[in-house]
Amino acid sequence: MTSLPATAPAKKLGLVIDLDVCVGCHACVISCKEWNTGGYGAALSDQDPYGAEVSGTFLNRVHSFEVIPEGGEIVGEAGEARIVHFPKSCLHCDDAPCVTVCPTGASYKRTEDGIVLVDEDMCIGCGLCAWACPYGAREMDLAAGVMKKCTLCVDRIYNETIQEIDRVPSCVRTCPANARHYGDLADPQSEVSLMVAARGGIDLMPEQGTRPVNKYLPPRPRQVLGAGSEQALLAENTDGATGFFAWLDGVLERI
Amino acid sequence: MHPALSIIVFTTLSGLGYGLATALGTGLLDPAATATKAAHLLALALIAAGLMSSTLHLGNPQRAWRAFSQWRSSWLSREGVMAVLTFLPLAASAFLAIFESRYEPALGLAGAALSLVTVYCTAMIYASLKSVQTWHTPLTPLCYLLFALAGGFSLSTFFAAMGGGNLLLSSGLAAFFVCLAWIAKLVWRNRMNTLRPISTPETATGLGFIGKVRLFERPHINDNYLTNEMGFRVARKHAVKLAALSFGLGGIVPVALLLGLLALGAAHPAVAVGVALLAVLSHITGMLVERWLFFAEARHAVMNYYGG
Repeated sequence: MTSLPATAPAKKLGLVIDLDVCVGCHACVISCKEWNTGGYGAALSDQDPYGAEVSGTFLNRVHSFEVIPEGGEIVGEAGEARIVHFPKSCLHCDDAPCVTVCPTGASYKRTEDGIVLVDEDMCIGCGLCAWACPYGAREMDLAAGVMKKCTLCVDRIYNETIQEIDRVPSCVRTCPANARHYGDLADPQSEVSLMVAARGGIDLMPEQGTRPVNKYLPPRPRQVLGAGSEQALLAENTDGATGFFAWLDGVLERI
Repeated sequence: MHPALSIIVFTTLSGLGYGLATALGTGLLDPAATATKAAHLLALALIAAGLMSSTLHLGNPQRAWRAFSQWRSSWLSREGVMAVLTFLPLAASAFLAIFESRYEPALGLAGAALSLVTVYCTAMIYASLKSVQTWHTPLTPLCYLLFALAGGFSLSTFFAAMGGGNLLLSSGLAAFFVCLAWIAKLVWRNRMNTLRPISTPETATGLGFIGKVRLFERPHINDNYLTNEMGFRVARKHAVKLAALSFGLGGIVPVALLLGLLALGAAHPAVAVGVALLAVLSHITGMLVERWLFFAEARHAVMNYYGG
């Protein structure tokens, strides 16, 4: 059924991504591809993998943006100019347009936990869901001819044959900077919900009316360049020195 | 958006086919004439060729039958269902015309109405996508419907000239619908050209509170499925010229020829056939360019993440 669940899912499993912490290392991209090429559904194929025109199916990609405030392009000049690394995968939207456009019923949103999945045995590879998604979360696998997307590692999070610590999406487990968090965003007391509340987590493209489950934590305000300048001046100043350092200071002055 | 040849051919041919079926459904042409019988066959052939062509871009066409199941939510599924439903009265009307030289008004009008509903469903596949703001307007189905009628009545004019009768009414209606279709299309284009994007790199990243957001680095060096499918930009370079070409070939030339037919009257049947054929061919060529632009000029919201 490609109609969305009539009642809101009891759980809304999803990711919270901290843009203040992500260093843009792409480890999540690689671990996602590694886990999912052997996991749920068809493998994530590459086209011309060792050639010049290499391309392939990925469920998670990291973009980098530069953000320039009004008043200056030099980092620090206007206080906030910066590079922001921006990991992006399926946001498991509450009003997922990719689900309702599907003509076959292959694309669906689970009522129990809100995860948006593709039943690949029913997918005809028409590509309309990828058109409907404003976020570019879906990519057609050109070898299998079916639509691929983030499954929130549905084959990990409920998997009792792996250690409990591993029962989170592969990207979350692997992130060396701890920029990615996983949990139930329907529960206001969950760790991720508290994080979103504390940091003012945001929706991407709210104007598209998709009501994404995944949230992004905006970068914290940056310290202005001049804020540390007093520290720099102290290096030239020995006024407060006592004991051995005062003696050494005096000796060196006299040489 | 990438202008896939299969989809351009599909929307153009099926639009023409359903338009011709609509014209035939009104009983405009003499059901006893050989030309009318041929017109029925051509309408069915165009519709069938269009539908076949639409399955060419599927990754797994062997499962295409599943696309009939989700008519409750999906316009693509509705289109599939309507195409099959419409085929029944159209085939029945064609049978009556070909074998019994008869026109059954109830059957004909039902086929005409269902044909237009099918074209509407096709257009709504695009118009329902909020992610492509250019398409997301009721003007999109209006253009599709009017262009189907314009092409259909132009074709019926050709068959009228071939001996199907009612040449003047048919060419008058064809000229009327071609004009109407282009008025709608020019309003559509004007909307596109003056559109303020609802989604920007700032809303896409949520970083607008800091300042202007610009892509610094793509996730990868080469193109991927998304940039190939949604990031097509070749047309924009020549968009103005191509739009003028489609307007000239699809609008001005056929209208001039159709009005010429009206002036000519039934005096020179052989000339009328040639003029009508030219009008049809010019219109189809213009429509192919118009459909190509429809895709190539449309900007998808995902390009906010790819600097396009």
